[in-house]
This record gives sequence, C-alpha cells and structure tokens, in this order.
Amino acid sequence: MPGETLVDRMEKKVGGVVLVIAAFWFIVAMPSLNAFGTPGSFFHVSDFTLNLFGKFLAYAILALGLDLIWGYTGILSMGHGVFFGLGAYCMGMYLTLEIGGEGVYQSKLPDFMVWNRVKELPLFWKPFHSFFFTTIAVAIVPGMLAAVFGFLAFRTRVRGVYFAIITQALALSAWLVFNRNEMNLGGTNGLTNFKKILGFTLTEASTQRGLYVATALALCGAYLLCRWIVKSRAGKILLAIRDAENRVLYSGYTPANYKVFVFTVSAMLAGVAGALYVPQVGIITPGRIGVLPSIEMVIWVAVGGRGSLIGAVIGAVGVNWARSYLTSSYPDYWLYFLGGIFILVVQFFPDGILGVVRDAPRKLEKWIRRTTRTAAGDESLAPVRSEG
Amino acid sequence: MKSKKKLIGAEKLSRRKFLKKAGVMGLGAAAMSALPFPNVIRAAEPVKIGVLHSLSGTMAISEVSLRDVVLMAVEEINAAGGVMKRPIKPVVVDPASDWDLFAEKAKQLLLKDKVDVTFGCWTSVSRKSVLPVYEKNNGLLFYPVQYEGEECSKNVFYTGATPNQQLIPAADYMMSEDGGGFKKFYLLGTDYVFPRTANKILRAFLLAKGVPAANIMEEYTPFHHQDYQTIVGKVKSFASGGDAAVLSTINGDSNVPFYKEFANQGLRSEDVPIMAFSVAEDELRGMDSKSLVGHLAAWNYYQSIDTPQNKKFVKNFKTYCKKMGLPGGASRVTDDPIEAAYLGVYIWKQAVEKAGTTKVDDVRKAAYGMGFEAPGGFKKIDEKNHHLHKPVLIGEILKNGQFEIVSQTKGLVAPEPWSKYTSPDKSCDWVNHQGTYKKSAT
Amino acid sequence: MQQAGIRAIPRGASARSFISRVLILVFALGFGLAARGEARAESFSPAIQAEIAQLGSKNRKKRRRAALGLAKRLEPKLLPLLLALREGSLFRWKPDSGEARFVIGGDAVTRGEVEYVPLFSIHGKKRLTSPDGKPLFVPDGKLNKIRAGRRIRRAVKPYLNQLQSSAQLHSADPNVRRAAATRMARVGDKNLIPLLDKVLENETHWLGRHALIEAKALIRLKSPNPDERRSAAAALGEIHGLNAVSVLQRMADKDADASVRAAASEAIGEIEDYQSWTATIDTLFRGMSLGSILLLMALGLAIVFGLMGVINMAHGELMMLGAYATFIIQGVFISYLPQNYFDWYFLLALPVAFLASALMGWLMEISIIRHLYGRPLETLLTTWGISLILRQAVRQVFGAQNVDVKSPEWLSGGYHLMVGVQFPYNRMFIIALAVFCVAGTYLFLFRTRAGLRIRAVTQNRGMSTCLGVPSRRVDAGTFAFGAGLAGMAGAALSQVGNVGPDLGQNYIVDSFMVVVTGGVGKILGTIVAGFGIGGMNKMLEPAMGAVFGKVVILVLVILFLQRRPEGLFAVRTRGA
Repeated sequence: MPGETLVDRMEKKVGGVVLVIAAFWFIVAMPSLNAFGTPGSFFHVSDFTLNLFGKFLAYAILALGLDLIWGYTGILSMGHGVFFGLGAYCMGMYLTLEIGGEGVYQSKLPDFMVWNRVKELPLFWKPFHSFFFTTIAVAIVPGMLAAVFGFLAFRTRVRGVYFAIITQALALSAWLVFNRNEMNLGGTNGLTNFKKILGFTLTEASTQRGLYVATALALCGAYLLCRWIVKSRAGKILLAIRDAENRVLYSGYTPANYKVFVFTVSAMLAGVAGALYVPQVGIITPGRIGVLPSIEMVIWVAVGGRGSLIGAVIGAVGVNWARSYLTSSYPDYWLYFLGGIFILVVQFFPDGILGVVRDAPRKLEKWIRRTTRTAAGDESLAPVRSEG
Repeated sequence: MKSKKKLIGAEKLSRRKFLKKAGVMGLGAAAMSALPFPNVIRAAEPVKIGVLHSLSGTMAISEVSLRDVVLMAVEEINAAGGVMKRPIKPVVVDPASDWDLFAEKAKQLLLKDKVDVTFGCWTSVSRKSVLPVYEKNNGLLFYPVQYEGEECSKNVFYTGATPNQQLIPAADYMMSEDGGGFKKFYLLGTDYVFPRTANKILRAFLLAKGVPAANIMEEYTPFHHQDYQTIVGKVKSFASGGDAAVLSTINGDSNVPFYKEFANQGLRSEDVPIMAFSVAEDELRGMDSKSLVGHLAAWNYYQSIDTPQNKKFVKNFKTYCKKMGLPGGASRVTDDPIEAAYLGVYIWKQAVEKAGTTKVDDVRKAAYGMGFEAPGGFKKIDEKNHHLHKPVLIGEILKNGQFEIVSQTKGLVAPEPWSKYTSPDKSCDWVNHQGTYKKSAT
Repeated sequence: MQQAGIRAIPRGASARSFISRVLILVFALGFGLAARGEARAESFSPAIQAEIAQLGSKNRKKRRRAALGLAKRLEPKLLPLLLALREGSLFRWKPDSGEARFVIGGDAVTRGEVEYVPLFSIHGKKRLTSPDGKPLFVPDGKLNKIRAGRRIRRAVKPYLNQLQSSAQLHSADPNVRRAAATRMARVGDKNLIPLLDKVLENETHWLGRHALIEAKALIRLKSPNPDERRSAAAALGEIHGLNAVSVLQRMADKDADASVRAAASEAIGEIEDYQSWTATIDTLFRGMSLGSILLLMALGLAIVFGLMGVINMAHGELMMLGAYATFIIQGVFISYLPQNYFDWYFLLALPVAFLASALMGWLMEISIIRHLYGRPLETLLTTWGISLILRQAVRQVFGAQNVDVKSPEWLSGGYHLMVGVQFPYNRMFIIALAVFCVAGTYLFLFRTRAGLRIRAVTQNRGMSTCLGVPSRRVDAGTFAFGAGLAGMAGAALSQVGNVGPDLGQNYIVDSFMVVVTGGVGKILGTIVAGFGIGGMNKMLEPAMGAVFGKVVILVLVILFLQRRPEGLFAVRTRGA
C-alpha cells in the first residue's frame, strides 16, 4: 500500500490538531452545552442528541477494535457482535440486579425469570451484584472467549475468508443461544427496564450526561491504546502479517501469537463498548449479537476508512448518524443507502471517507496531469480512476 | 427542495454517472431532509401523533398494515373535522424491527417531535423497550396486539386481548363437547415471552380443569424456525392415541412450514386440530391456505363478522389501500390487530374530546369506563385499568383465508391483566390503587 | 393433454405414479358405486324436497327444524347440501326465467367491482352450466344466502360428522379413508362393525385395510367379553396398531381380567418395537431431506466459491429471487391458463427460477464482481451490500409480506411407506431435485465444452486466455450458472417454507458451513458435508431440541475446521 506512509504523516500533523479539537468537542463542549445551554437556542445540545451521540461513541470504541484486527492485521471478523453482546450482557446483568424488587412482579428475581418459572437466581448471575466485578467482567469475558476462539483458529492457520465464515458461525450460534429462554438471559426480550446504576437513577439527564462523558473518555483511552499498539514494534508485525504472513513466519516470528493477542484486545474493546452502550440505550437483546449487526459493524470501519484509527471512529459515528436520520426521514431507502455505500466504498474508495478526504488533493493533481497528457494511465490509479 | 438536491448532486456527482445507480441517491436524500421543516402556523394548531411501527426488517410483515390502518383512521378523522376541531398530523418513524431503535425512536417522538400520543409496537420486546421512555416522560402509547398480560402501565392503553380474552375461552372450547372434547394438549410456541407466559397460563388452566400433567406437552422453537419435521413427528406420536389437539403460539413465518409439514405427514384438522393464537387474516394472505383449512384460531375480531359497520370498515380499508397505492391494494384484509389499531385512534379521539384536552393524565382519566362502537361491535374500556372488554370468537380457517366463526362468548369478557390462574393475588387498578396491587386475601 | 401432464412428473415422484395407479383403480371401484346412485337421484324424494323448501323460510325455528330433520336422515346424498348450509354457501337463486331454486355457491371471482359466484347443484354438487354449456356465474347480488346461525350449525354438527365419516370411508384417497376409520374407532360404537366389515370387503389398499382392521379391533377392545378383548389386543399387537397404545396401556394397568392385561402389555411391546423401527426410518429420511436442502443451497455457492474464489453473500438473495420467480409463474398460470393446468406450474417455475437468478448473477458479475477477483474479502463485503439492496427492492415491489406460493396437488400429502411412516411428497421431490442438480452440474462441468473451459480457466487463467478461451465470458457464465442453481434451490424451498424478502437470510450461514466443511471447490465434499450435517442435525434434534442441536453442529464444524482448515476433501498444499 503506497498510501501507508502518507496516512501516518497525515495523522501526525494535521490529524493531531484535528484530533485534539474533536476530543475537546466531544468530551467537554457537548456535555457542557447540554448542561448549561438554554433549551431551544442554537448553542444547546438536547438530552436526546447527547444520548444519541453517547451511543455512537460507544460504537466507535468497538469500531476501533475492529479496525485493529481488520485494518491493521488483515483478519476480517464477522462475529464482533458477540463480543459486544457479551460485554453488554455483563453490564445488563448488573443493572438488572440493581432493579431489585422494583420490577413489575416486585420479586427479588429479574422479571423474566418470574415468567420463566425460575425459582432461584442462577449461580452465574450472583457475582454481578458487584459493580467492581462487572467492570472487570465486561472486558474479561469477551476477551477470554476471543482468546480461546482465536487460539484454536490461528494455531491451525485458519485465515482469510475461512476465518470470516467461522466467526459468522460463531455469531449465529451465539444468537441462537442467547435467544433461548433456558439460558436465563431474558431470551428474545433481552434485559431491559433498568432503573439505577450505582445508585443514580438512569432516566435522570445528569446520569445520562455522566455516562456520556464516561463513554467519550473511554473512547479517548481506547484510541490511545490502539495507537500505542499500532505504533509499537508489535504494530509493525501486525502490518507485516496483513501484507505477507508467510514471510513473517519465515522471519522467525509466530504470527499466531500476535493474532491471538490483537483479536483478544479487539474483543475486549468491543465488550467495553457494549457495557457503555447498555445503560445509555436501556436495553440489550440478542438482536445486537447476530450475523447482521456483526456485518454492519464491519461496514462502519469500511466506510470510515480501514487501516486508520480515526477513520474507524468517523465511520461508526457517521454511519449510525445516517441510520438514525434515514430511518426517520426515508425509512424505505435506508437499506439502499447502506448497501450502496458498502458497494461503493469497497469498489472505489478502499480507504473510506478518510481516504477520500485525505487523498483528494493528490488524486486531483494526478487526474489533471493524466487528462492533459491523455497518457495510458498509471496502473496504481486503476481502482480510483474515476475519482473527481 | 428538489432543486437543492440537484445542486448537491451537480457539485459532487457530475462525472460519476456510474455511481448514481447505486446508493448515492441516499446521500442526496439525506441532504434534502436536512432542511428544517417550514413551520407554518395554521388557524388551528394540529395535534401531533406518533406512529411507531416497523416498516422494514422482520416485523414489517405484520406492522406495515397497522401503520396503514392508523393513517387511514387519521385521514377519516381529519376529513370529519379533526379532533376538537384541530387536524391530526401523524409523525411516522421506522424502528426497523430493531428493539434498541424502538427506544430511540420513542424518545425522538416524545422529546423532539413532542407528540401527544403514539400508536405503535407489535412484539412484546418492543413494548418493553419503549415502556421506560413513556413512563419517564409521561407519554401515552396505544398498543394494539394481544399480549401476555402481567403488565399494568399508566402510560399504555392495551387495545389487544389479555390472555383470558383469548387463551382460556379457546382452551375451554377445545375441551367442550362442541369443540371436540379433546383431552391431550400439545402446547407449541416460538421461544419468546408471549408463548412462554401464554403456555404458563394454559397449563395452569388445563391442570385446574383436571387434565393430567402427562397429557400436556410443551415445546418451543426459535424465531424463523423452518424445519418442523421432527416436531410434527413428535406431535404425531403424541396424537396417535386420539383426542389430542395442538395449541399453537407459533409466530410469524414459522407457521407456513409448520402447517405444511403437518398436512404432509398425514395429520388432519378433523383429527388433530391446531388452535392458533397468532395466526390472523393478514398472515394468511402470505400462506398457502390449503394446508390450514379446518384449523382454528381465537381472536376478538374477524373480517368475516357479518355486520354493516364491519362491512363498511373492511371496504374502507380496501379502498384506502388501493387509493394510496399500497402493496396488495384492494386484496388487503383486516384482522384483529388491525381493528385494534384502528379503534385505538378513535378511543383516543373520544377520550380527548371528553377531556377537552390532549394532556395525558386527563385523557387517561376520561377514558376509564368509556364505551364505543368498534367495527367488530360494542367494546368498552375497563373502569379501573387500561384494557378493553371484548368478545372472544373462535374461528375456523376457510379456503379463502377467512374465518368462519364457530363459537362466541356471551357478551363481553372482562380483561384480566393478571391471570387468575397464575397470579391470583394480583390485580391492576389505576383508580383506587397505583397500578398493580396485591389483593387482600378473601 | 392430461396424459402428457402425468408423464411429465419428474422421476423423483415415480413412487407417486405407482400409487396414483392404485388410486385410479380404487377410485374406479368407488365411482362405479356412486354413479349408479347418481342416475337415480337427480331429484330428492318429495318428503325431502318439502323439507329443503322449508330451509328458505323466514321463520328461524322452521329453518332449524328443517335443517335438523334433514341431518337426522343421515342420507349421504344430502351431504353436499348440509355442508354448504354449514359453510354458508347455500343460496336461493331465482333465474331470470323460471322457478327459484336452491344452489350451492363456489369461490367468488371478482370482475371489476362485482363478485361472481359459480353455481353448483344441490344434488351431488355438480357444476351448473348456462344454456351454451359454459359454467354458470352469477353476480352475488342476485343470490339469497340461506342463513344458518350458530344454533343450527351446532344442532346439525354431530349428524354431519357421522355422515361425513361414513362418506369418507368411500373416499378416493386412502388417507382420508384411513382417518375416517380411525375416527369411527374412537366413536367406539359396536354397531359400526358391520359397516366397517362391508367397507373392508371392497378395500384394496393396504393402508385402508390396516385402518379398518385396527378400527374394528379398537371397537372390540371395549367389549364386555374378556375373550374378545384379549383377541382384539392380540390383533392390535400383530398389526402394529399405533393408535391403540394409550388404550392398551390403560387396559394393561386396569383391566379386570389378568389374561387381558398380559395380552395388552404384550401387544404394547410389539407396537413399541415396531415404533423404534419407524422412528429410525423417519430420522434417516428427515436427515436426507434436510441434507438435500442444504446441498441444493450450497451447490451454487460451492461453484462460485470453489471455482472462482468469490464469497457470494448475496447467494441467499439469489435463492429468494428464484422463489419469487416461482411466485410470478404461479400468478401467470392463475391468470392466463385454465385451472386444470395449474398443478404443472411448478415444473415451468424451476427453469424460469434458474434463468431469473442466472440473469441477476450475470448482471452482478459484469457490473461489480468482475473488478474484485483475487480479493475474496472484498467480494464478501460487496455482495453483502448487493444482498441488502436486493432485499429492499423486493420488499418494495412485492411488499414486506410473505407471498403465497401454493403447493401443486402432486406435491401435497405424502407417500405411506409402511404403517406410521409417511414421506411427504414435497420432501421426496427436493431429494430428487438435489440429485438431479448434482448430476447436472457434474455433467456440465465434466462432459461439456463449456465445463471444460470453466475448469481450464480455473486451473490456469493465463494459459487458457492464450489458447483462446474468452476468460471473461467464462467467468460471467460460471457465476451465472452458480446463481441459477441458487434460483432452483429457491424454487424448491418455496415448497417447504416461506417466500418473503428475508428468505435468503435464514439459510446463508448454513450453506457457507456446508461449503467450508466440504472443502472448497470439491463437489463431492459438498455432497458429503450436506448430508452429514443434515443427518447429524436430525439425529441430535429429538434429544437436544432444534436450537442446541444446531449450536452443537456449528461448534463441531468450527472444531473440525481447526483440524482440517481446508475441509473434508481438500488437497493439502504447502500454502495451507
């Protein structure tokens, strides 16, 4: 990829400034405008909007992780919904237990267990009374699954499309299992009707603002972590694995170990994203786990620009914003948009939105040069020939 | 607005004709809708209502019809002068069968669009997901589908049936001389809250009626289950001794493969009838009804109800669908949830006009005990809670996808949000109590 | 024409044609009896006619008395009339010239704004014709419906049931006869035995005989005489009377006579032994059936994946298009061809589905996929985008609702292999279709020039191009062929499941698992994997339930792929 060095340079110079401004906007400005702006004025961010962006930023954390394995290591996972879901369910279980006796049935047990004729809280629910345990579990549980799955898969060098397909199978089986009411995880309805988190009422605007800030900070942290990994020596090896795995192997490295590591980190990020998502949205269902949402997550990264961390964040926020918008205004065209953008991005803009913005000047220059010369054309330009 | 869209297109897309055929149109559309809606102040400020039904995704199959009928009711009301002389302006959103999106869209309707009432939801999970939103913001939701009960929200009117208005009369009918005197029951359902709760209640009822536990089988399949070979095999051996019936809460698209397999393995409706609680006329439209003929269903309304009001309603709906160019056109049918969604709009109108305001608490109080003429006959809201008194009708499926009504309860059946078979100690009352309360031991 | 139609039954249903020959024989016998009666009874006796006239009375009580009186006669010839009365399709019709008379109405047809009802006579429900010999249709406004309230229907019901059962004992369909016999056995009236005996004399079909014998024995089980009970129990054990298990169980527990108890438990033992047999056969068949569905779906995928390296996530949507093509063909048959050709629509639908999906596949290839060869992950993502667009487009054209694809008559019902084992025709047909598709694919790839080219391009694109093989056209053709197979699979699926915009979604992951397990590019591998996964699924399902059975299989496949990442039949290379 000839653009690679350019990516790095851009991220270092212009990117750095933009990044700081964006971080300030999301972490400080938006919540402040929400808290202190006069409702109705231009400088006010409504609770609804803030909440919406809180959700998008949670998605962005997941997108970062996904970019780490797909964009940087070249492993396509179509099962990240599972890791997201595991994190979300861990948090959901904590929140469900926080409801206590305030549910519809006024029972100590979660509501769905009452109608499922479960008499006693299952053992695996019990540790989730503790918030501390939950915060650890949201990362560790998906991480462990990823480590085991990754170990099995990468050790025998399952890769490329085969890996993509078996992660899909993972997503399908997880979806089937979580839908089952016998699992005591709420079945299709999932976990919902949460009331409190750490004693704060979830429906309060201030609680939601706090959650938003926590999400924005977590995104910042996730970004720094990913950046650190990418810049480190290991990051170089990841890139090398993506571009020529066999050479890495012959150079004396064990690609499988690196892959398992990065897959696990990615899953943990997804889990954290899920955990931040649940209290803000107020529900988690198996619908977030299946094959479809998992592939949608891949789209965010593809649209934003894989192989670039900022791109992943832009993609997650952008696509979800468009989704939220189009499902209100043009419900019938939403899927055309999603499908179309996907085809376009893969075909013509492999570096996504970020790639288009970044490369525009260079492309324009080359295009002008070519049209003036009407030369046979530079082979490396072939995929973006028609870029204007 | 159109020119704006073109302008953007011209700027960005002039040399990319090949892109146009694909999804880029969506971008233009997004840009177009970014313009704020011109806020024209009319003589009478319109009343805003929200319509929250999935128009895409798996539930679109059922929910699109409900949106259609709600919009039809709005059109009728507006044509007749509106509610309190104010026109109704519907805000339609698409939660895309995505339960999380339901919560988001509900927030949008209440907080951004500031609607006075919402008509929406089909699945229990979607209702459960928006419930906290409505309770927190004191909104008002009309929920039009039969459901599992065990809920008593101040902010929801349930215009569908409670379990006792569907399940119990149906099971009773199957056990009666008239229904065939069945003694063994196979409870088969899709794995989610309605079938689980329904079967819990059915089981309690059957046991109370003296059916031995060995004669009750219970089984669940996942959503969209397609391969019913094994399960029909099980039903077959369960039924081989005779006197067995299936009580089915199988939902949606699993029904076609189920009924087909049932017929093809040689089980006949005369010998082993299926009593279905989730199959109505609108679903039958997409099914090969040949294999369903003679099986039964229990609802509170059928298109075949033979009264002038209903005939008019059915005709209006068909005309409306044709006029609006909706898929299906004049061949569209009405069914229980469609009627429930339609009458929801009218209940709300009647209550608003009685209260003289659209304020939720006043409307709510005005609605208690209110009666009205629905297309399917007289119905009435409970004096104390948010459910309806309805008749229960058992229907037999005919070749043409309609139902012949074979049995009917005398008068209206009072709703029991808390079934007396499973929660004898609880009841729902918003007049003398605060929702669900514990009955004192009697 | 009819003859040609029957011959056109695909080979898979040849067992069916044997049965139909038997059926025709039975039918002819039954018909002979019926025809004799028919000639005599063009009109009912005056007493009956008077009662029928009363049905038109304005007085509800008179109507009820008349209906009950007619029902109580238990006169088989009155059955069509009584059924029509119950269904609400009995009318009084006054022609423009002539007397008002009673008629039975069929399914109405809408022409413009008016509904037209075809008319049938109340004697034997024969189609009425207008003077020029065409079927008679009358606008529904001209008909007076005879109202039968719930009380009338209820009063009539027991007689009607009895009448129907005895009529069904003479039905042409052995299944119907069997069911009627079993129902009579449940009534348990010993007066029915002579009737059953009489029917048994004429019964030639083994299934009918079995049911009649079983019914007799079941009735005899209720006899006060212990000897008779004992012999009945023994008889039931001998013929494997599956319907008798619960009754026998009660006898084995409670009967006053010890020898009867022993006989009953012995009979149960025999029946249960037999049941374990039939269960095995059933499971095998179910596994085969599921396996062939998986195989049909995976075959096209295996070709585009294996031969071309394209991961086609829109494969499910191509199946969906095939199913919708079937729906359209069905519509064409309903609208433009006479009713009696309808049953053959499906045979035309199969090739049309193939062509429709192949066309779409070809368009996909030349417009998009062509640019992505050698980048399998990109094809995966792009085709997924295509699948979204196709799904939404279908939803907008046909509506979000599932559409109604009717099974032709010859794919409804099932073939009775032995007592208690019935193979549905639609599933047998799908097994046959799977075999046909596999054989066709094999022949196409290995016995035709086009196939040779495909294999050549797959093995060495550069060399083939040098030798004059138009590799781009071969690519497009191969992709179209794979897509066409998906279309056929979709048409076949329309016979067992739903046809809706999301049809493909239910199957896509399963088909990928089959392809990957079988080993990419190996048709044999796909076959073995399809039947293996199908069979295993059906073996696990009774014990573990549908969900956990499937999960176990998915986990097994994942584990299997750890051991053999390139599938069952892949050649091991150094790169792997």
